[in-house]
Amino acid sequence: MFANLDLQKLLFGRLTLEAIPYHEPILLVTFIGVAIGGVAVLGLITYMRWWGPLWRDWFTSVDHKKIGIMYVVLALVMLLRGFSDALLMRSQQAIAFGANEGYLPPHHYDQIFTAHGVIMIFFVAMPLVTGLMNFVVPLQIGARDVAFPFLNNFSFWMTVSGAVTIMASLFVGEFARTGWLAYPPLSGPAGSPGVGVDYYIWGLQIAGIGTLLSGINLIATIVKMRAPGMTMMKMPIFTWTSLCTNILIVAAFPILTAVLALLSLDRYVGTHFFSNDLGGNPMMYVNLIWIWGHPEVYILILPAFGVFSEIVSTFSGKRLFGYASMVYATVVITILSYLVWLHHFFTMGSGASVNSFFGITTMIISIPTGAKLFNWLFTMYKGRIRFDVPMLWAIGFMVTFTIGGMTGVLLAVPPADFVLHNSLFLIAHFHNVIIGGVLFGMLAGITYWFPKAFGYQLDPFWGKMSFWFWLVGFYFAFMPLYVLGLMGVTRRVQHFDDPSLQIWFIIAAFGAVLIALGILAFIIQLVVSFMRREELRDVTGDPWGGRTLEWSTSSPPPDYNFAFTPVIHDHDAWSDMKRRGYARPLKDFRPIHMPKNTGTGMILGILSIGFSFGMIWYIWWLAALTFIAMAVVTIGHTFNYNRDFHIPADTVVGTEAARTRLLERRV
Amino acid sequence: MASHSLTLAKDGEAPSFYMEEDHHPEGGTMLGFWIYLMSDCLIFAALFATYAVLGRNYAAGPSPKDLFDLPLVALNTSMLLFSSITYGFAMLEMANGKQARMQLWLGVTGLFGLAFIGLELYEFAHLIHEGAGPQRSAFLSSFFTLVGTHGLHVTLGLVWLIVLMVQTEKKGLIPENQRRLQCLSMFWHFLDVIWIGVFTFVYLMGVLQ
Amino acid sequence: MSAASQSAHVADHEEDVKGHGDQSGHGSFKGYVTGFVLSIILTAIPFWLVMGDVLGNDRLTGLVIMGFAVMQIVVHMVYFLHMNTKSEGGWTILALIFTLTLVVITLTGSVWVMYHLNTNMMPMTPASLHQHAH
Repeated sequence: MFANLDLQKLLFGRLTLEAIPYHEPILLVTFIGVAIGGVAVLGLITYMRWWGPLWRDWFTSVDHKKIGIMYVVLALVMLLRGFSDALLMRSQQAIAFGANEGYLPPHHYDQIFTAHGVIMIFFVAMPLVTGLMNFVVPLQIGARDVAFPFLNNFSFWMTVSGAVTIMASLFVGEFARTGWLAYPPLSGPAGSPGVGVDYYIWGLQIAGIGTLLSGINLIATIVKMRAPGMTMMKMPIFTWTSLCTNILIVAAFPILTAVLALLSLDRYVGTHFFSNDLGGNPMMYVNLIWIWGHPEVYILILPAFGVFSEIVSTFSGKRLFGYASMVYATVVITILSYLVWLHHFFTMGSGASVNSFFGITTMIISIPTGAKLFNWLFTMYKGRIRFDVPMLWAIGFMVTFTIGGMTGVLLAVPPADFVLHNSLFLIAHFHNVIIGGVLFGMLAGITYWFPKAFGYQLDPFWGKMSFWFWLVGFYFAFMPLYVLGLMGVTRRVQHFDDPSLQIWFIIAAFGAVLIALGILAFIIQLVVSFMRREELRDVTGDPWGGRTLEWSTSSPPPDYNFAFTPVIHDHDAWSDMKRRGYARPLKDFRPIHMPKNTGTGMILGILSIGFSFGMIWYIWWLAALTFIAMAVVTIGHTFNYNRDFHIPADTVVGTEAARTRLLERRV
Repeated sequence: MASHSLTLAKDGEAPSFYMEEDHHPEGGTMLGFWIYLMSDCLIFAALFATYAVLGRNYAAGPSPKDLFDLPLVALNTSMLLFSSITYGFAMLEMANGKQARMQLWLGVTGLFGLAFIGLELYEFAHLIHEGAGPQRSAFLSSFFTLVGTHGLHVTLGLVWLIVLMVQTEKKGLIPENQRRLQCLSMFWHFLDVIWIGVFTFVYLMGVLQ
Repeated sequence: MSAASQSAHVADHEEDVKGHGDQSGHGSFKGYVTGFVLSIILTAIPFWLVMGDVLGNDRLTGLVIMGFAVMQIVVHMVYFLHMNTKSEGGWTILALIFTLTLVVITLTGSVWVMYHLNTNMMPMTPASLHQHAH
């Protein structure tokens, strides 16, 4: 009997049948739904014989365009999960008053708000940003791929593995109940003895490796692979913001890796970094994680600024106003973002000198941001503005983000922060900038570059529906939270006693429903556009009258992006080429040197899921085995020197001739 | 290459907008690897910061003065310094195309690295045996983590060194292998730089207090 | 500027064809030996200062050995890592300066912030501080 127990421990660690939450009806229904949906999707792929193409053309692909698209798909799938969590919270808070306990018990509610934050930041916003940069940057700088194509594929699969690890917590065990940054001592071994925090740690560590490597990759790409003639000050603004974002990624994510490693040591080894006894200090965790956390905010928003700069200038038919000031503002934000982290914990108890220093730096950072906003406005001034869907998102952003920015400056004042800290005012503020800034930016970017990726535009009617539902829904959902926050309501509360507050939560829940309709409209837009793809076809490769290099090639671009490497003479290179009568080269094509596809990235990703699962459940043999396997696969991969091939000149001739015919038919 | 000479790009005239020849962007490996090292440097920065903040929280336990054995640290440091110069000699042989001599120097480097790891493990075992393990106090937690992370990097460097020696034996000094050896060179010397911070900040300053 | 970068590009291509896509030097025998001797000296002096308690003042010794550490890091950067303002078009040195700035911010910032931890939490007036101390 005892030996039996030992064997079970050896084989399954702390994983038992009780870890499967079959007694939770909500999770059970979700699980059945996911299982049926999953089987349906797998069945469809098998029935349509898509496994081969999926493996050959997508999973093993090192093509930056396909990897970019896969990142965005991952983000949209995870958006559905993260948003379901939001709906659960909004509905719980709208009904849980007085005698009504709502339908989510505290231990479940706590997991939901943690999962919502973690998923939205790490597995929605980050993949959207990385995906868009991956797709657009090499095209904008006239390159054929990124600097390290295999690494790019590997980074993507690490991000997927992190997402899978987090998702697994829904059905096996539990997720953290600590809030999205898992502050100790609550997240320490005594506060959270279960597996929740371990899921959190390993999910983020694995995805973090992917994020860091893709950051290094894109920096090297932008620095080394620009087309001839493209000096730094001739780079498109989106490329500039991408460069700064990736610098921030490389400079900030190591801190997150380190601080999560220290937390793991506290949990696994019993060290005393963040414990309350034997000299540990939980505030050190808070300090370190915000040294990562604040730059993270700018990692997300800078690419959105880049997207809006491209869109505003394209749809106003003008060169961007104040290009140089835009670049300087971006660089200044990059550096300043490292000097403000303490504003996340003014209330920790530090003295006036520390609080005022960080309050002032925080206020200063709004200056370059304001400069950007004026640049966009002056770009629109006297422009011939076209109100296509991307431009609607841009205008919605300018209004919404400005409000969010102003409440941010309010929070930057330490005495005001002492009142508003951890209140719903803060929640309203950061949703105001993240939805109004990052999310609007990414949706605008997807709408803008969709025809480039797939060869047909998105249906504008459903695009406008999505935009208006999102915009109005946002204001309904979050303006009440400002009010509640000023009244002193704190975040992460599962039940309320004061009935006078309820009306505000009902309004907020109504807003969440509107946003749900916005997401639905976006999905309908994808389906409708696919059905009408022949009508919406983009044969020119330049549907919006674009200004940067990606619009000079076909939609979708060939595998090699550009048959001949472009030469740049001006910023807004494509606009310059059109103005000065550029003629597309039609002959003398050569074989093109390209990297080969590889399955190593996906194999390593799958192994890393096994590793994290073993670590989370103390299944040490599994962790050791997968770790050794990862080392062997990695080293084995380096013994393969034969990593590239040439696209034959005949293939290039064929592809380019097809494009020529398409362009002529259109004329 | 002259076909797209930019001197033509005056107003009015249509310059060439594409290269007729193949474009070979510079290899980004060295820069990419350097950027990786910079990110690694920031991991160490976080660990140094933790040590700086928690390093005096002895929790009524032993302090650096009671624990650190400076002659041992000096020996350890010299191992790492010797390994640095021998790796440098290996790189010089590589530049001269002398594969066998390069392998010899790499082997010597590996032995010095191994000695360093061995001494560090001995020190750790000794401390734990004395009851001064990482669980004893925040000072010891941050000490073991900072020094241990450096040791882990050196271990990784040793594995990498062996892999590269095998690959050079198999394929010779082809450009790919040369590039990899240069990356490892940067990695190895970078670990040296970190160690300067460790012995000064942790060991020497620790004994001073 | 653009013409110059253009010709630089051309030069790089030629180098790339030969299989050396990088400009980082291999160093020279003299360089490595110089670096080695300097780093031995710069390591030995701090150990001597601390182990022999030469200066007789811990604070001063601390400052001095930190100075030696900085010097030795520079020596390693120059002679072993071949840092200069030209390698990789100046990007490596730029990355290094940026990183060092962040290292300084992380270190001094954390120490400053954590030193301030209890300023407004624990007894705040000097008088009450005094009382608690006894």
